[in-house]
Amino acid sequence: MTRKRRRLYFVGLGLLGLFTATALMLTAMEDNIVFFFSPSEMKGRQVAPDQRLRVGGLVEDGSVNKAGETITFTVTDTVEKLKIQYTGILPDLFREGQGIVAEGKMGRDGVFMASDVLAKHDENYMPPEIAEALKKSGNWHPEESTPQADMPATTPN
Amino acid sequence: MHKYANPTFFMRIANAVFPYAAGISILCFAVGIPLALVFSPPDYQQGETVRIMYVHVPAAWMGSMVYGVMAVSSAVYLIWRHTIAHIIARASAPIGAMFTALCLVTGMLWGEPMWGTWWVWDARLTSMLILLFLYIGYIALGDSFEDQERGDKASAMLALVGSVNLPIIHFSVEWWNTLHQPAIRSFEGFSINAAMLWPLLLMVFAFQTYYVSVLIIRLRGELLSAKIRTARFNLAAAE
Repeated sequence: MTRKRRRLYFVGLGLLGLFTATALMLTAMEDNIVFFFSPSEMKGRQVAPDQRLRVGGLVEDGSVNKAGETITFTVTDTVEKLKIQYTGILPDLFREGQGIVAEGKMGRDGVFMASDVLAKHDENYMPPEIAEALKKSGNWHPEESTPQADMPATTPN
Repeated sequence: MHKYANPTFFMRIANAVFPYAAGISILCFAVGIPLALVFSPPDYQQGETVRIMYVHVPAAWMGSMVYGVMAVSSAVYLIWRHTIAHIIARASAPIGAMFTALCLVTGMLWGEPMWGTWWVWDARLTSMLILLFLYIGYIALGDSFEDQERGDKASAMLALVGSVNLPIIHFSVEWWNTLHQPAIRSFEGFSINAAMLWPLLLMVFAFQTYYVSVLIIRLRGELLSAKIRTARFNLAAAE
């Protein structure tokens, strides 16, 4: 075995080991890496009353209720739902059918008390006329297309 | 294959490529920038803010791609000890760092009006920031040894180890829930309208040829400074 060949194997094996170790580490730390939990993931999760976390989903159609400064709405991943209460300024993209991420604490009554709400943007880019045309022709399914690509209802492993 | 490792031969090819790369880059920028920033349509949700994407996305792709070039060159250097491979990696680092920084800055400018925040610690943003730190660490490490060759080997090792971050950046939006949107490029094609895709691809091509041009300029500089080092060394030895 020449020195070059030996170095080649050394680098190859080293990288293989490194990538495997990283993959194992990331899998183990999955709960800390995900930016938010979907309503389905929240259901089976034990949450301490003071634990800060983020939940995300699509704002359900017709669920938005404004009472003065306080706003309540429901997010869904098309399987489970979660009610969220928030007081403050909402991002411009906040609307029904839009993906959002809320940060806060779980209330005792099962309502999530958000202190921050961020709008999640999807990967679809198009001019307004095209969006209009799609809506008219009935090919507009942001609620159906987004969760699959955007917010997996189950945790990928 | 290994004949390309001869710096003189390599630079002869590089110098022949240079005018084409630079010319195509200038042409693509000249057409791409007005197309992207003025003539392409606004987005149905983002409005005019979508124009940040035409700089952000090419910068992000290049940030990763240049690191890929660095990692492969570093592996070639460590295994076959071709100096030219290390010089390519070394000359690429500041360019890649600039692309990554540009990606992060434009991303923040977009995030504030769209998401409602400049920065979040989600998997995509964090892994991209780590990429910038890897670039900076690589540049710093190469110059921090008294012995040039030790610095070269140490920084090449760092570039290789850091390559573990590349798949993390790419798949972060698929493996984990992130605030960042998934890629517009997937197996089913592009989830972006053709009127926006063409300016974007033009900008990507402009960025790529820009990288090649600047890399060749930097390679000339690196090789010249190596020559000066050798000349100084010989002069000192002669005295």
